[in-house]
Amino acid sequence: MVETTATTPTRTPARALRPHEKSRTNWLTTQLEDERVLGYVLLTPAFLLIIVFIAYPFALGVWMALTDKVVGSPGNFIGLANFAKLLDSDIFRTAAWNTVFFTLTATAIKAALGMWLAVLLNRKFRLSRFTRAAVLLPFIVPTVLSTLVWLWMLDGTFSVFNWILRWVWDLEISVFGLVIKEDFGYIRGPNWLGEPAWAMGSIIMANVWRGLPFFAISFLAALQTVPTELYDAADIDGASGWRKFWHVTLPMIKPVAIVVVVFSFVVTFADFQLVYVLTRGGPHNSTHLLATLAYQLSMHSGNLGEGAAAALFMVPLLFVVIVLQLTYLRRIGVD
Amino acid sequence: MSTSALVGETYRKRLIVFYIPLFLFVFAMLFPFFWMLITSIKTDAELYNRRISPFLVRDPTFEHWRMLFQDTLFVQWTWNTLWVAIVSTGISLFAGVLGGYALARLTFRGSTVFSIWIFITYLVPPALLFIPLTGVMAFFGLMDSRMSLMFSYPTFLVPFCVWLLIGYFQTIPKELEECARIDGATRIQAMVKIVLPLAVPGILSAGIFAFTLSWNEFLYALVFLSSPENKTVPVGVTGELILGDVFFWGPLMAGALFGSVPVAIVYSFFVEHYVSGMTGAVKG
Repeated sequence: MVETTATTPTRTPARALRPHEKSRTNWLTTQLEDERVLGYVLLTPAFLLIIVFIAYPFALGVWMALTDKVVGSPGNFIGLANFAKLLDSDIFRTAAWNTVFFTLTATAIKAALGMWLAVLLNRKFRLSRFTRAAVLLPFIVPTVLSTLVWLWMLDGTFSVFNWILRWVWDLEISVFGLVIKEDFGYIRGPNWLGEPAWAMGSIIMANVWRGLPFFAISFLAALQTVPTELYDAADIDGASGWRKFWHVTLPMIKPVAIVVVVFSFVVTFADFQLVYVLTRGGPHNSTHLLATLAYQLSMHSGNLGEGAAAALFMVPLLFVVIVLQLTYLRRIGVD
Repeated sequence: MSTSALVGETYRKRLIVFYIPLFLFVFAMLFPFFWMLITSIKTDAELYNRRISPFLVRDPTFEHWRMLFQDTLFVQWTWNTLWVAIVSTGISLFAGVLGGYALARLTFRGSTVFSIWIFITYLVPPALLFIPLTGVMAFFGLMDSRMSLMFSYPTFLVPFCVWLLIGYFQTIPKELEECARIDGATRIQAMVKIVLPLAVPGILSAGIFAFTLSWNEFLYALVFLSSPENKTVPVGVTGELILGDVFFWGPLMAGALFGSVPVAIVYSFFVEHYVSGMTGAVKG
């Protein structure tokens, strides 16, 4: 153990080794005392997994995108033909636009409502712990399973929302003979998943329902780090609730909020399950996202090359997100 | 915001700005679960009758539950999911604890670069990799095997665990380790006997979160598995209970309910750990 003193100046082996220590001092332990060696050894499992199952597949994906590979054949190199073909197709352009629109809209709604819910949850009230736990439920259950409920609630015939709508429409409310609301007659209600605009709206709604708890609880964690003295000072200055929120709360939680928003951005724009379960990209390929289009091209039509190319269109967006995140990271010792 | 705002607030104001919005939020978050439950215990005659109120259950039945457990492979899917989640969480924690410790504590060439790469891989979505990964899994002969998931789930779990645990290890005072080393412990002994026991809450957070992530994973399971008896709950319920265009809503909702229950139970026991795993994962 003596030889490690060179790398760890804090250790001063001013005493003799005890007998039981001496027996363990073999070559391996000596090597592992060197933090340069130990560092690499400890990282090996993570490193291998990342090389074999992330880095290599990524490179393979780039290669596949440059070939006309279909299921069961090796494929030939065709350059950027897949990308050109995609950029030329209406379905792809719709999917790319949908991805941007869906991600921006859903993230904005989740951030706004999430902030509101976080502020509510940050107050002291009875059952607050229970409420926080309950509110997080949509986020923890398997997404496809909860999306199945949405599929059922948005069903063309048996939608519960349309049932409520019809009920309200038919209802005649009168107080002391004065008709407040008359019977509006028959209404069918929106065809939630059958019309492009409603379908996109439904997908956004289901995504907001699922992702909102993540925003709320993350924002709540950030809110709890804001020192109460700041609010006391604002109170003395006579600031209203809104002004305190804009001028104290928001600036204080901005760093965490940005990381949360950008993180959710990645998860949202790569979303697959919602569209797969709710619309399968329909009606008429109007609700595809890049992920579901890549799945349809590769797994249904068997055009692996084209599918891989469609998936790679996520990279530019991902790159922007990574750069943004890295500039906000404090944990890595880049400083 | 918390206490000071409440002082001098009238009850009516509090009702409007606090209780009503909070109630609406909670109601919206929980309503789909209520719907899952009551759909699964209604008879088909009630389910497919548009004239009666869908909010009441007139004739509760457990027939759909019985169908789910007896006539489908649901129990098998649950075992598959559980097994895959446990093994992939185990692999990820092993790699994550070692990697996280190395990156948080040890100085060696390339550690910063490696941290950045871990973070980048953490942001890579499965949707980007599933097509080439199919080739990798076929190469290893793992297609249509639960093993394919045990090795592919760590692709998103390992970066997550490493990332979370770097943060956790950094909160443990370095002096504790140095004391142990002055007393003659090797680096590995100091890590295993001093740091790891103190990091148990962090490891538990990473584990709980990783477990729920693997329980919920869908895309890889959908692409890699084809035999009904190998499927996980999310893929089995969506794939095997929907025949063509025919939806069996009773058993489907029972499947959604019972597929959510195990993860909800794990969650309810470890809410605090889950939350610290979730919020720790996005903190810089």
